[in-house]
Amino acid sequence: MRFSPKKFFVSNSFTRKLHKGYLYVFLLPSLGFIVVFFLIPVILTFLIGLTKMDYSFRWDWIGLGNYIYILRDKWAYKILGNTLFYVFTTLAFFNVGMALFISIATTHINDKIGSIFRSIWLLPRITPSTVYALLWLWAARGEANSLFNWLTSIFGLHPIDWKLTYPWLLVILVNGFVGTSFGMIIFTAALKSIPEDYIRAAKVDGASTLQIIRYVELPLIKWPLLFVTAYQTLSLLTSYEYILLVTDGGPGLYTTEVWALYSYHLAFAQYGGIVKFGYGAALATILVIIGLIMSVIYWKVFRFRELMVEPKIEV
Amino acid sequence: MVSVKLVNLSKYFHNVKAVDNLNLEIKDGEFVALLGPSGCGKTTTLLMIAGIYKPTNGYIYFDNRLMNDVPPKDRNVGMVFQSYALYPHMSVFDNIAFPLKLKKRPKDEIRRKVKEVADLLGIGELLDRKPSQLSGGQQQRVALARALVKEPDIFLMDEPLSNLDAKLRIQMRAELKKMQKTFKITTIYVTHDQVEAMTMADRIAVLNKGVLQQYGSPDELYNRPKNIFVAGFIGSVPMNFIRGALKRTNGDYILEGLDYLFKIPRTYHDVLKDIEVGTEVILGVRPEHVDIGFGEYSGKVYVVEPLGRDQIIHIDIGGEIIRALAPGDYKVEEGKDIKFSFKEDKIHIFDKKSGEAYI
Repeated sequence: MRFSPKKFFVSNSFTRKLHKGYLYVFLLPSLGFIVVFFLIPVILTFLIGLTKMDYSFRWDWIGLGNYIYILRDKWAYKILGNTLFYVFTTLAFFNVGMALFISIATTHINDKIGSIFRSIWLLPRITPSTVYALLWLWAARGEANSLFNWLTSIFGLHPIDWKLTYPWLLVILVNGFVGTSFGMIIFTAALKSIPEDYIRAAKVDGASTLQIIRYVELPLIKWPLLFVTAYQTLSLLTSYEYILLVTDGGPGLYTTEVWALYSYHLAFAQYGGIVKFGYGAALATILVIIGLIMSVIYWKVFRFRELMVEPKIEV
Repeated sequence: MVSVKLVNLSKYFHNVKAVDNLNLEIKDGEFVALLGPSGCGKTTTLLMIAGIYKPTNGYIYFDNRLMNDVPPKDRNVGMVFQSYALYPHMSVFDNIAFPLKLKKRPKDEIRRKVKEVADLLGIGELLDRKPSQLSGGQQQRVALARALVKEPDIFLMDEPLSNLDAKLRIQMRAELKKMQKTFKITTIYVTHDQVEAMTMADRIAVLNKGVLQQYGSPDELYNRPKNIFVAGFIGSVPMNFIRGALKRTNGDYILEGLDYLFKIPRTYHDVLKDIEVGTEVILGVRPEHVDIGFGEYSGKVYVVEPLGRDQIIHIDIGGEIIRALAPGDYKVEEGKDIKFSFKEDKIHIFDKKSGEAYI
């Protein structure tokens, strides 16, 4: 009789149970991480959001008091607007827009030169964030010899302090240059996996390079495009470290403050040590809820279930 | 319709000579097959004609127009790929309409032409489907339709039948040939399958390692192969090659092998008279040109392979085994002695070193 591994392992109910047991053993590490680093913090945040906890760490339950306060918080609406502006502008111009542009541009030129270009775009990602932010701050200084002012002086413009004059521009550039690399890597991989014959067929059929991009390449990378859009929306929604490092929400009152940063400021960085853990946690909870709702919307609208079932690039 | 002329055409990839100094003329309306094993440069040649690859050296002419620097879209070639290269995100209609859409033809003209060519190929009912919902044979017809709809001057086909099952392949072979004869479109057909090339093409260019071995009609390639490569490549049961040295005794030429002697018919003596005696040569004879049951030579039946209508009889002639094609009902036993002879006017003699044919 020939040895059949399948038969051997799942021949009776005992081995079948054992088999299932293994399943959980292998899933345990990742489940553990999700519980410890996501589920427990979310529950804690939600619970703290129901208190007016401060530096004394007392659980003073106030029910939905914080949430009612958010509705009355005149800054909350401005900050919500800021967040939406920040997320969608960075997403459109950099995390998806620029990423797509670089991927297409670098796959249509000599492969070696393309790789070099893409490597350069990875540098912001591998630079420590404080160093990276500092470089931008230097480049955007108000002095005439800073990089920005030197560049604009070529066109005869006067030196300005970029952080004070165009804070949003700086915030979006700083985040965008980091955020581009993620989409760039995924789009490039997707573009490179398009079988050569599709491109050749299109060329023979009379398509120009732009038409090949428009009619063949873009439709074929539709799924990676949707995935990066969804993933980066959620990622930008909760990001604040570079804004903290560059403008800290300023200049002035909440000019570039986003929701996640507001939550951080209230919870950990109030002047004079007035910390509002409770209120900050409530704000963070709302962010989690928005994130979850958007995930579900993306999942449904972009039909990610299909994406996971079968490969979308057919050979 | 146009004629195609390739002059000293070469394509090098770094140090690899994919195509080396190829000269080929394809007449207007002719069906030419580029035949050779994988890596012989046939697809590279096709892609140069399509304009996808730029030649390293040499010239490509359509009629008398130099095409080297003409972009693919201005060459008016229709191409069918081995993978079919149907765009998965487009319906069958959009796939076929794609070349016309790029030419910015009016919508109703596109609709009419797509319908016409789809009906012609028997896929008129499938226009709303996506390529993934089609069988291999249907996908292939869509690919053909896409190449035909633009009314090309030249039809380029890169192993179009190799992804089909054997039965469908035979059917499509005939259909393609019929279609080519109907439209009289100059066709260049790349294949590694000598049966396809023999059955379909007006002329066949046999390539090996980027070099043209022979260019001629199927009949010429079969009956008068220029070298041992062509002789071995053409023919469904491959030609027998018997090694030996050319000897001369009593005014007769003889091939002397390990354990066997074969007499070369007198008709060939004129050709052989300039060859030095003792030269290593190879005698080539096709299995269908080995007569069995009678004759001046004998060997032992080594093994018998029945094919139904025919059978292949392997005969051990002492140090060498040759194949003979016999009718299926011919009675023969393994291990028994068997007499055989060669059809005198059908033998070939090649130089062992160069592989070139003397006869």
